[in-house]
Amino acid sequence: MSSINEIQDEIVSEFEILGDDRESTIFYIMELGGNLEDFPVEEQKEDNIIKGCQSKVWLIADENDGKVHFKADSNTDITKGLISLLIRVLNDRTPEEIIHADLNFINRIGMGSIIGSQRSNGLASMIKQMKLYAIAFQTKLNA
Amino acid sequence: MNFDVNQIRGLFPVLHQEVHGKPLIYFDNAATTQKPKQVLEALTSYYEKDNSNIHRGAHALADRATQYFENTRESVRKFINAKESAEIIFTKGTTESINLVAQTFGRKFIGKGDEIIISTMEHHSNIVPWQMLCEVTGAVLKIIPVHENGELDYQEFEKLLTSKTKLLSVVHASNALGTINPVKKMIDAAHAVGAKVLLDGAQSTSHLEIDVVGLDCDFMVFSAHKLYGPTGLGVLYGKREILEAMPPFLGGGEMIKEVTFEKTTYNDIPFKFEAGTPNIADVIAFDAAIEFIDSLDKKAIKEHEDELLSYANELTADIKGFQPIGTAKQKVSVLSFNINGMHPFDVGQMLDARGIAVRTGHHCTQPLMKRFGIEGTVRASFAVYNTKSEIEQMAEGIARIAKIKNK
Repeated sequence: MSSINEIQDEIVSEFEILGDDRESTIFYIMELGGNLEDFPVEEQKEDNIIKGCQSKVWLIADENDGKVHFKADSNTDITKGLISLLIRVLNDRTPEEIIHADLNFINRIGMGSIIGSQRSNGLASMIKQMKLYAIAFQTKLNA
Repeated sequence: MNFDVNQIRGLFPVLHQEVHGKPLIYFDNAATTQKPKQVLEALTSYYEKDNSNIHRGAHALADRATQYFENTRESVRKFINAKESAEIIFTKGTTESINLVAQTFGRKFIGKGDEIIISTMEHHSNIVPWQMLCEVTGAVLKIIPVHENGELDYQEFEKLLTSKTKLLSVVHASNALGTINPVKKMIDAAHAVGAKVLLDGAQSTSHLEIDVVGLDCDFMVFSAHKLYGPTGLGVLYGKREILEAMPPFLGGGEMIKEVTFEKTTYNDIPFKFEAGTPNIADVIAFDAAIEFIDSLDKKAIKEHEDELLSYANELTADIKGFQPIGTAKQKVSVLSFNINGMHPFDVGQMLDARGIAVRTGHHCTQPLMKRFGIEGTVRASFAVYNTKSEIEQMAEGIARIAKIKNK
């Protein structure tokens, strides 16, 4: 399995191929949402909604053999694409790796200017929630 | 000046820029309109030459600033055909104007068991102030339903009118749907049961000719920034006898006749409702905005905007998955829609990628969105400086976006 940084490099080069055309970039982000694992309908509940996102984003996580596995869903396609990128980078890693991950691909591809400030805040909330899950699992594993 | 859209565009510096490498197409006019050069120049000129506090200064600058400030009041009076300029009160915006009426007229004249009628298509700023008033006074809020096409259910409105009705507060043109309501008929019907009427003109004043005397509304409220004027400035029109009977809203300087620790007497209208130093610069610049609109003639503006709206309707009608929301017969230039299978925010962001600025979401009309069973819409709203070519580019963008989920 590639490292967090190797995957981030991969993502950056994929976005570089798209070039400056904003519309193609957004279409691409939307397409990425299609890669998300199926999300259980019964988990689309208030408790799993990430606070601070304009659109609805549900996130759940479980831990197996010391690795954290995320599943997420959203009511908008662009948001689905964004969370799928985070999952691609952080899925099936140890809590330690997730907590210390420096998600520099977001700035490197200039995501802020692609998705605007509202969605950037949402993206930050998603990262925070993923790290919070990791902290919770780490505490459990160390107990 | 004759209606020449290219000439008009020349007056708006902000329109001449690229967004994401594409020429800006500004279709978020129902949120705020852009400002012509005259307005920007009036703002600068005030601060460069006339800046001074108004009404009581014993010097030339204060005199000049006062004169310009009061000139705007007179221009607003003419613009809505009020009887006298004392009936024009400057506020922070439509929202503050409605709150002012709720907290003064409402608290004095609306009591327990009295009824206030609003409609399902009101902006939150014409819902929440009345809910707050009802909570304090025990008055009851009654809601006019909306038909599937976005028109008010007039028959239900008539049923709601009773001797208990003290106020009808209704939007002239809907911000979310564009529907123009039959307000003259509604005002007469409300008066027939002894109720007063507040007209929310935030979305109508830039598109329609306004005659408050002809309409006979008791209050009318609107914002300067949706009328090619500056932000942070609104108007409350009220009939003299009602404004005089109302207690003041905010206490402080300017609004008093005499202050002693035993008793304070209040100034005459409009000053009674303009406590503190007002938004002098923006009021003065607003005069230039009104002059700009007057130079074009409201009829010509309406014709141009109607043409844009019908062209947009025509070009989008056959796009697979395109769902217009609000298809009333009488509309201002608002095209609200959804695309089957897509979230409005995503659609808005994809249009933004083409340099097209629209608004997405509930447009501060959550009860109306609930009525249509939707979370929000994409709203394109057109103004004097928009062109048919811009409409074509938007329709092309919508068609491309719709195709993603509607093959």
